[in-house]
Amino acid sequence: MKLVTAIIKPSQLEAVKEALKAAGVAGMTISEVQGFGRQGGHTEVYRGAEYQVDFVPKVKLEAVVGATDADRVLDVIVDAARTGKIGDGKVWITDLGGIVRIRTGERDDDAL
Amino acid sequence: MDSGNTAWLLISTALVLFMVPGLALFYGGMVRSKNVLNMLLMNMVCLGIVPILWVLFAYSLALAGDGNGGLIGTLDAAGLKDLDSQGLLEMAFLMTFASITPALISGAVADRLKFSAWMVFVPLWLVLVYCPVAFWIYGADGWLGERGSLDFAGGTVIHINAGVAALAVALVLGRRKGWPDEPMLPHNLPLVTIGAGILWFGWFGFNAGSALAADGVAVEALVNTFVAASAAMMAWLFAERIKDGHFTTLGAGSGVVAGLVAITPAAGYVSGLSSLVFGAAAGVLCFLAVGLKYRWRYDDSLDVVGVHMVGGIVGGTLLGLFADQALVGDDYGLALGGGSSLFGEQLLSMAVVLVYSFAVTYAIAKVIDGIMGLRAGDDIETTGLDSTQHAETAYQTF
Repeated sequence: MKLVTAIIKPSQLEAVKEALKAAGVAGMTISEVQGFGRQGGHTEVYRGAEYQVDFVPKVKLEAVVGATDADRVLDVIVDAARTGKIGDGKVWITDLGGIVRIRTGERDDDAL
Repeated sequence: MDSGNTAWLLISTALVLFMVPGLALFYGGMVRSKNVLNMLLMNMVCLGIVPILWVLFAYSLALAGDGNGGLIGTLDAAGLKDLDSQGLLEMAFLMTFASITPALISGAVADRLKFSAWMVFVPLWLVLVYCPVAFWIYGADGWLGERGSLDFAGGTVIHINAGVAALAVALVLGRRKGWPDEPMLPHNLPLVTIGAGILWFGWFGFNAGSALAADGVAVEALVNTFVAASAAMMAWLFAERIKDGHFTTLGAGSGVVAGLVAITPAAGYVSGLSSLVFGAAAGVLCFLAVGLKYRWRYDDSLDVVGVHMVGGIVGGTLLGLFADQALVGDDYGLALGGGSSLFGEQLLSMAVVLVYSFAVTYAIAKVIDGIMGLRAGDDIETTGLDSTQHAETAYQTF
């Protein structure tokens, strides 16, 4: 079992979600997050004073998948999230020690 | 009063009342999210404190009777004594003005004033500053009005008065922790924009209602009010575009209010296209004035001084130049050939109110600070006033 985590542009969320559903991913969780990478932040102006806003709004998407599906899912996300401009985000895969589906008590691969 | 005039004044009273929640949103959007409820409540509580004192005795002190040398009213109308329905209506109309005036000051003390200190400040300021100043200009034998000074709807009595008082309290209170090095950005500019719109809407009652009749003067005042706000918004927007590079929503809202302030003393006294001059001048000069706090290091948090004091001075001065003979009589505007008499009286009345309001407000703030303390305290300032002063949070996560 693997956790695929993606930080993407909010504008790409719809495309990534549809691509993952088409690829058979059964569920996902998203959250609104803020951060910066190579893109850096941006400048805002209030009453003429410029403020550097370091953290840029992004969407974090998490999906738990079977070990053999992880690389394929990662590729699907990368393809759907890419605009080619700076700030497209990152995707990474994490090994999981265990999963439980709360309603039934099923464990690990059965809980996916 | 005939039914048409009565109807217009009833409506105007409601319009001006609506400016208080409008001002609350205008200011509330400009503070950080941890202090928005405190800002809303500082404004709304003025609609609680002021009307009670107004009907008990403050209206009488501010506007009734004569015989105290033109310095203050009498207690002839205290407790609404002997007011007929027309008197009651004028009392109610002016009650809304008295309510919003101390509320204007709240923008300068944002983020750091102890709420209990505000509850003490508002009644003291109403009685010691607002009532005498209102009488000097509007009272039956008020000494500044007698000399010939003009103030159609409260440019001097309300805006210069509240603006300079805001400066005095801000100086006694001191700067916010971290200001100006840490950014303290508006948390909700949509609220600011809605607030500015509500103020504009209500200001038609403020200025056109001050004609105290549904007549030609009211129409003139409404048109001037409308146009001055438009001109000031555009002037502010272009000034900041040229100086800082962008048109901003904060600038548009501030420009609207600056124009409304500047036309207030003159709304029913100028005609033609003079309102464009009032608006354009207020938009540019108030825009430049709000930058002064960084140079002189006084923390007028939401620019009450730059918009209301400076906007009021711009309007009061231009009135001395552009007052229309058909509307004000023989002592009309200097720029229109009416001589220097009105212009001189305008400068005198503004100077008197600036000095009196600053001095007395400074003293009130010092006394409150000495007895109960003005500042909420460093920890509270960091945590936010909403949760510490009111045990409430504006935006719940769940």
